[in-house]
Amino acid sequence: MQLQYEMVDHTLIVKFDGELDHHSAENIRTELDDVISQRRVKNLIFDLNEMRFMDSSGIGVIIGRYKNISKLGGKVSVIHVTDSIDKIFNLAGLYNIISKHNNKSEALNCM
Amino acid sequence: MEYNNYMKIEFDSKSQNEAFARVVVASFASQLDPTIEEITDIKTAVSEAVTNSIIHGYESSTGLVTVTCKINGNKLEIIIEDEGQGIDNVEEAMQPLFTSKPQLERSGMGFTVMETFMDEIEVYSELKKGTTIRMVKKFKSLNVE
Ligand SMILES: Nc1ncnc2c1ncn2[C@@H]1O[C@H](COP(=O)(O)OP(=O)(O)O)[C@@H](O)[C@H]1O
Ligand SMILES: [Mg+2]
Repeated sequence: MQLQYEMVDHTLIVKFDGELDHHSAENIRTELDDVISQRRVKNLIFDLNEMRFMDSSGIGVIIGRYKNISKLGGKVSVIHVTDSIDKIFNLAGLYNIISKHNNKSEALNCM
Repeated sequence: MEYNNYMKIEFDSKSQNEAFARVVVASFASQLDPTIEEITDIKTAVSEAVTNSIIHGYESSTGLVTVTCKINGNKLEIIIEDEGQGIDNVEEAMQPLFTSKPQLERSGMGFTVMETFMDEIEVYSELKKGTTIRMVKKFKSLNVE
């Protein structure tokens, strides 16, 4: 799994490229938390366009980052969500705390 | 279940085998002419069950996980077994959001995902003996009605 970053004002856009399961979650968590603290990130957008696979381990990763970001008054959203990942997010009630948008500009507008 | 095709794999309870297991099952299922959605469903369910054996069944020790698949008509039966610590209360474990490991950022949604993505699921577990998950997926593509 590769992560690509783009910073727009205080919003970090994280693009996932690859598969997010329990195995890859460990490294992703560490890398993300480092980047978030180094770059003084307020809001977070997860771009799932290139996410090839995700199971419920991905929920843990997203909710974990949401907890840290929301403590400091920031917002988290997801964009380009595939049908199967959308199903998992709905099961977990993720959209009660995180918003979903079609693309980057829509998500940035709501930050 | 009677079957026309069968396969079984066995591997160490190491997290790098999670991807291996779901890819093997998906490629075995390809003879059922599945849709992309059906393939994603079974990969996700297998990933959940195998991950559970690794992190909950064996925790920090290493043991063996087996995955058995049987095809009967348009049905695929997948059995995932470990000889780990077992589940004390299966009904409670299967509740959405229940997890015994919140400190590891587990979401407690594994069983709910398996139930949603597969047509049938049965869980057999005994403390100190291990856990067996039996799941069935019916593939629509081979329904010639
Ligand atoms: N193979 C297993 N061996 C022992 N315990 C298990 C096993 N599978 C599941 N469990 C128990 O069931 C609970 C719920 O599993 P699941 O729904 O996948 O959520 P999560 O993995 O996020 O905790 C786990 O927290 C664990 O206590
Ligand atoms: Mg699980």
